[in-house]
Parts: sequence; C-alpha cells; structure tokens
Amino acid sequence: MKITLKVWRQKDNNSKGAFKTYQLDHVSADMSFLEMFDVLNNDLVMKGEEPIAFDHDCREGICGMCSMYINGKPHGPLQTTTCQLHMRTFKDGETITVEPWRAKAFPVIKDLVVDRTSFERIQQAGGYISVNTGGVPDANEIAIPKLEADKAFDAAACIGCGACVAACKNASAMLFVSAKVSQLVLLPQGQPERKARVENMVAQMDAEGFGSCTNTLACEAECPKGISVTNIARMNREYYSAKIGSENI
Amino acid sequence: MKLDSKIPEGPISEKWEKHKFNLKLVNPANKRKYEVIVVGTGLAGASAAASLAELGYNVKAFCFQDSPRRAHSIAAQGGINAAKNYRNDGDSVYRLFYDTIKGGDYRAREGNVYRLAEVSVDIIDQCVAQGVPFAREYGGLLDNRSFGGAQVSRTFYARGQTGQQLLLGAYSALNRQIAAGKVKMYNRTEMLDLVVTDGKARGIITRDLVTGKVEAHSGHAVLLCTGGYGNVFFLSTNAKGSNVTAAWRAHKKGALFANPCFTQIHPTCIPVSGDHQSKLTLMSESLRNDGRVWVPKVARPGLKAKDAVSIPEADRDYFLERKYPSFGNLVPRDVASRNAKYACDEGRGVGSGLAVFLDFADAIKRDGKKLIEAKYGNLFDMYQQITGDNPYEVPMMIYPAVHYTMGGLWVDYNLMTSVPGLYALGEANFSDHGANRLGASALMQGLADGYFVIPATIGDYLANIGWSDKVATDHPAFKEALANVQGRLSQLLSIKGKKTVDQLHRELGLTMWDYCGMSRTEEGLKKAKVRIQELREEFWKNVNVLGSGNELNQELEKAGRVADFMELGELMVDDALNRSESCGGHFREESQTPDGEALRKDDQFSYVGAWEYTGDNKPEVLHKEDLKFENVKLTQRSYK
Repeated sequence: MKITLKVWRQKDNNSKGAFKTYQLDHVSADMSFLEMFDVLNNDLVMKGEEPIAFDHDCREGICGMCSMYINGKPHGPLQTTTCQLHMRTFKDGETITVEPWRAKAFPVIKDLVVDRTSFERIQQAGGYISVNTGGVPDANEIAIPKLEADKAFDAAACIGCGACVAACKNASAMLFVSAKVSQLVLLPQGQPERKARVENMVAQMDAEGFGSCTNTLACEAECPKGISVTNIARMNREYYSAKIGSENI
Repeated sequence: MKLDSKIPEGPISEKWEKHKFNLKLVNPANKRKYEVIVVGTGLAGASAAASLAELGYNVKAFCFQDSPRRAHSIAAQGGINAAKNYRNDGDSVYRLFYDTIKGGDYRAREGNVYRLAEVSVDIIDQCVAQGVPFAREYGGLLDNRSFGGAQVSRTFYARGQTGQQLLLGAYSALNRQIAAGKVKMYNRTEMLDLVVTDGKARGIITRDLVTGKVEAHSGHAVLLCTGGYGNVFFLSTNAKGSNVTAAWRAHKKGALFANPCFTQIHPTCIPVSGDHQSKLTLMSESLRNDGRVWVPKVARPGLKAKDAVSIPEADRDYFLERKYPSFGNLVPRDVASRNAKYACDEGRGVGSGLAVFLDFADAIKRDGKKLIEAKYGNLFDMYQQITGDNPYEVPMMIYPAVHYTMGGLWVDYNLMTSVPGLYALGEANFSDHGANRLGASALMQGLADGYFVIPATIGDYLANIGWSDKVATDHPAFKEALANVQGRLSQLLSIKGKKTVDQLHRELGLTMWDYCGMSRTEEGLKKAKVRIQELREEFWKNVNVLGSGNELNQELEKAGRVADFMELGELMVDDALNRSESCGGHFREESQTPDGEALRKDDQFSYVGAWEYTGDNKPEVLHKEDLKFENVKLTQRSYK
C-alpha cells in the first residue's frame, strides 16, 4: 500500500507546531498503525531526521498509553486503541492525518505525546476505597449479585487513555471520572466513601480545566472499551444526592 | 561469596510465621524517618509502595510510563491463583506449593514457594476489599476456574483482564498514599543507575524523560520492581518499554543475577506476520481449555486457516492429545511450546510455516457459540482485529513467543539481593518459579511480594541500620554515579553511526531466539556468544541516536536499554551453556529422555546459578546456591 501521512510535529510545549507530510510506499496491510510509525521512524533516522515522538507501550490495547487522533477521531476509524488498528482498515493511496489529543487539560509535550497527569490527580482525589493492606474480611464474606458485579466490571474496564476527552467538543472528562465513580458505587465495599468520593473527584475534574458534558455522547462512540454514558447519568445522580447532604458547603 | 538464602529452620508450614516473629520491627513513630525508593509500579511495585506508605514509611516511587497504571502487569489476562479451596475440590496451601515446585521443574526454593502459597489466600481478600471486580457466580460468591493444566479450580479472574483489574486495585491504593503525601510519585522517569556506598544500596540516579534532567535520589532502601527482560529477544509479548536496565545496572553494582537463561515461551501467541513486526500478542492460555491444537499429518505448506476445514479428521494430528493423553491440550507451557516447534520443524507448520492451529469447532459444536463467546469473546475479537480471521468460523493460528523470565536478581528469603538494602520483587527477582512458571502464578507472586512479604521483611534491615544511616545526594558516590550516567548518555548521542537502535536490537533478538530460545545446543550457544560480542561492539561504534539529551528523546531511551540487553544476552548464553541439563523452559537438546522430554540432572544441577559481575569484558563468576528438597520428592515431570 501507498500512504500519505500528515503528522503534527511540535518540538515541545513552548514551540509552535505544524503538520508535516510523509510519503510511505511499502506499507503492508497486516501492519499495525504503530508498526507503520516504527517503519517511518526507522527511515527518518536513516535519513538523519528526528523521529516522531508518540506514546505507546503494551500494544495489546490494554495499557491506555497510545493516543493518536487519526482522521479526526481518537484512535482512528475503528472503536479500538491505536495499537490495535491495522492498515487493512485504510485504502491504498489514502491520506491519513495524525494529531495529538487536543484538550486544555492535556498539554502537548512533543509531537503526538501529551501530558495526561490531570487524570492522575482526579484519581488521587478519591478513586479508591480506603483500606490498608491486611486485616480485611474474607473475599467471600460479602456476596455481590453477579449482575451488579458485572456492571462494576463494565465500568472498571476503562483504560484511562483519554479518548473520551479528545472526542468531546467540550473536552469533558465525565466518562472517565464516572467510570471510576460507578465501579466503586456499584460495589458494597465502595459505600462508606460514596459521597465524599464523587464530590472530590468532580471538584478535581473541574479544577483541571476539563469542559462540561453536553450529552453529545461522542465519548461513548469513541471509547475503545465501550464504556457506557449510563455511567455519566449515574455519576450525576450520585453527585446531586451527595451535594444535598454535603458537609462541604 | 557464600550465598545465604536465609530460609528459616523448622517445618515448612511454620517457617514464615516463625521468621516474621524473629524479624526486628521499626517503632511506629520512627517509620516516618525512613525513606524507601520503589522503582516500577506494576503489581509488585504499586502494592509495595502503597503498603509501605500505609505502614508509615516515606516512599518515592518511579515509573517510566506516563502513569503507574500502565505498567505491563496490566496486560496479564488469565487470572491469579490462590489456595482458597472455595470449590471443595481438594485444594490446599500444600497442594499449590507442590504444584508450583513441580511445575517449576524443581529449580525453585521450597521455603519461598510455600510462603507464596500461604499468602495467596490473603491477596484475594485484599483485592476484593479494594473493589476489584472479580468474576462471580449467580449466588454472589467468587467464581474460579482451572488454569494452565491445574487439576483443581483455584484461579480467580476478571474476564480476560485480570492483570488490569488487580493493577488498578494496587494503583488505587497507591493513589490514596500519593494524596496523603506519603508517596511521592515520579512519572515518566527512568532509573539509570544504583548508588552503593559501604556495601549498602543508598539511592538511585534517574532521568526525567520529558526534560532529560538527570537526578540523584537517596533512600534507606531501594526496591526494584522492574519486571522481566523478555525484550532481549526484541519480539516478545512484553510491552515495548519493558527493559532490564534497572536490574542490570544493579547487577553491575554488585547484585548477583540468578538463572538468567530461564525464560518462558508462551504457546498461545499470534504468529509473526512479517518483517515489520515489532511486538507479539499473547492470547490467554485459557483458550487451551476448549481449543484443540493440531497440524496436518503430512506437510501442507502454506495451509490457510480458511482451508483447514477441508482437511478431514483422519488427516489431522492433534499432537498434544496424542502424546499426552491425560493432560492433552492443557500440558504446561514449556511442553506445549516445544511440541509446536517440533511440528513446525518437521515442516508441518501452517500459514507461514511457523504456526499451528488452535481449533474451536468441536467446542462450538458441543457448547454452542453463545457459551464460547461468553468465555472467550474478547480474545476472539482481539484475534480477528489483528489477523483479519474470524475464529468462530476458522481455526486460530498460534505460535510460541517469549513471555516471561523466571530468572532475575538473586534474592534471599527477605527478598534482599546480594547488595544490602537493595531488594527485588516480582518478575525482577528469580525466586519462586524455578525453571518454568505456571499459569496465573505471576500475578500471585507480584502481589505476594508487594503486599505481604516486603512490608514484613524490610523492617528488619531498616531497624538494624537505624534511620540516621543514610547518605545524602551530595556524597561523592552520588556525584560519580551522576557523572557516569551523563557520560554514557553523551556517548550514545555522539556515535552518529549508520544503524538504528531497532535494527541492532532486532539482530540481537534473532540471535537469542535462534540459539537461546525454545531449544538450545552447546554448538549454537557458542555461536551466539561470539555473535552477541560482535553486535555489542558494532552497537557502540555504529548506532545512530539523533536529537539531544535535554528533551523527550525516545531513541535515546531505547538505545540505553538495548545497550544493556546486549550485555545481558551474553550472560543468558553463558548460563544456558553452563546448565547442560534440560529443566522446565530451558531445553538443552543434549539432555532429553528417549521420548524427547526434558531430562534434568539433579545430581549436578540442583542449584540456583547466581552470576557475579567482575568488570567490563571480563567473564562473570558463577556462585551456586544448592537447593534442598525436604518436603517434595524429585520426580521426572510426566504429563502423559
């Protein structure tokens, strides 16, 4: 296959970026999208040009590190992670545009690499159950209905890649935050901190500069793990009921 | 050097209890005076950092990824073993211990493995309390499955994403401590050297991968939780960033490296599709519970999956079922992998020739598509996404790939390496899996080390040295290490040769795979040794790393890691040459039974081979720790 790539190049956060065009003549349909970048980078180094920086790690669709905005969609045309996208999805001769995630709360570090530590701070604000190691009850002491456990799992499957933010015209992080809130609120172990958790996580989300949710549902449509917007509805419900009896006035 | 494993005396079931009592404790009020450095935030690192911070220690934790949640433990699919006996099928701590020792082909320590089985039950309790959504039955209790050939159902799982859910649990505990100010987290930061003074580990040198800043960090103890070194093969199921650098730097500062040749080749991976390939994908071996492995009886070069259905039953060779009637497709990983290789060596491989079929047609006929989809849906989808083939209609193609390394830094019963104050946890150490790791045991070991072993053992060392025994970063040893790290980075940037890092890494990987992979010979290993030396020399003359050291420079990161793999590779070959027996994943063709199974030589090799670095381009020195078996009788593994 022949492919024309338009890639966002930006030296660092303080520099201005621009698109650069690359021609690739020997792309195999079996290559993954990132393997195509490996090949391109190898060619660039051979020519003495600096390779394109991009985030990736497990290349199995689970670590959430890869983050390319391809032809106007996070992770490209399929509902997968970038690393699971293969070149057979594209047509011979196609021009593909690749950008970094775009959001105020995800500043560009270099080329296609962005800083997602805002997600870290949201998790640190309350994405946990406060138990120390040791001294916990037997794992089978509390029975959890399978359907509830399955719903908690569905929410827990979020890989924290940030595609939901990149897909949203408001750069809202509601899907990401609501997935964690939902997972823990659906489990009996999550009940004691139910109110404080949602209040603190939402407050941190707002402080990071993520936008508001206007129910376009673009996040769900682009989420590589199929996290449902039902979680957002659940988080809103949790948030309002927490606020009614809140200590944090 | 005398290797003291510090395994406590007494009956095996009392060793850990007794040992915990004999260890010194740090007064609760003094814990905050200690600083512990944790490198790596996978299951072992995240659980250790969180648990130590909960106890009151100050922790600095480091990961090279942009978030601790992305460490490669996240990719583990199948499950985690625990001797809960929830299924009433005869499981016990002793049985898990026995299975693990036997599965490791009697090359692991009894004491360590028994402790692992003992604490396995606490791990599940801990994870459930954190909100890990394990699979449940309709009654609301936890579900279990049999995994990787175990005769009991002791594996807990969370769909095909167990590693992810366990890591997110440990990550949440870590986040709680970061928020509490007890853990200072350094993301996108890589450890590049260990600092040792007066024979004790005192801190590390790191590079901030975004700014390029090289920095010194001092602590009372250093924990390496940095995973395995499978990427020495270039192609493996490890994450692209997984590397040996932290462990290798520590090795060069005095930590012995044990059993480096023990690598695990996993049988159910997606075959290589072309020269461009830069990563292999594993599919959970739970697939072997229902999938049947076969090749045609006579060679059919280039046979495609869609044409497999046209091969009549009588012309198929279900070679695992034929050779191992009692275990069938569920033989341990090393046996399954080796037999796939044999079938392909005989020319009976399918697809590219380096693949065998894994066929679900019978299972779908028996159980219905719906049930198979419920069990394996995500794996089938993943397979289809990568290969373009639909496994509900045509058989999968699989081939073995490097997956896990049982070898690692030598540690004693306290998980301390041969450098006092330096610990190794999880896959980074060598201790619990012998020559072959059983399925669903890696997650168990990582969390056992981090949640339950290190919090108990580290206090003994810290109490003995006292909180005032700390070296500040202005000490000459830190300055020297900083200068060395900077010198090496500048050297890598100044070569400006003609080959890329990946090209040289690929060549190293091919050499390792051909000669130090699924089966090894003296002749091949000797060839590999020469080749690796040549490659290493070429690397330092001819590698091309562009850009500078003061910015995000992914080529520079890779170059440093590959330089270390170039040294480790040779040690793996030396170890494989020395161990002229076959055991577990280490198969020396010279040592096999008449029917081609691995033949151990217990009288000569019942030891841990721990290597000491003695200087650049000097041979490493082998130290032997004899393995004593007081509870299990050594037998030839048989899965017939």
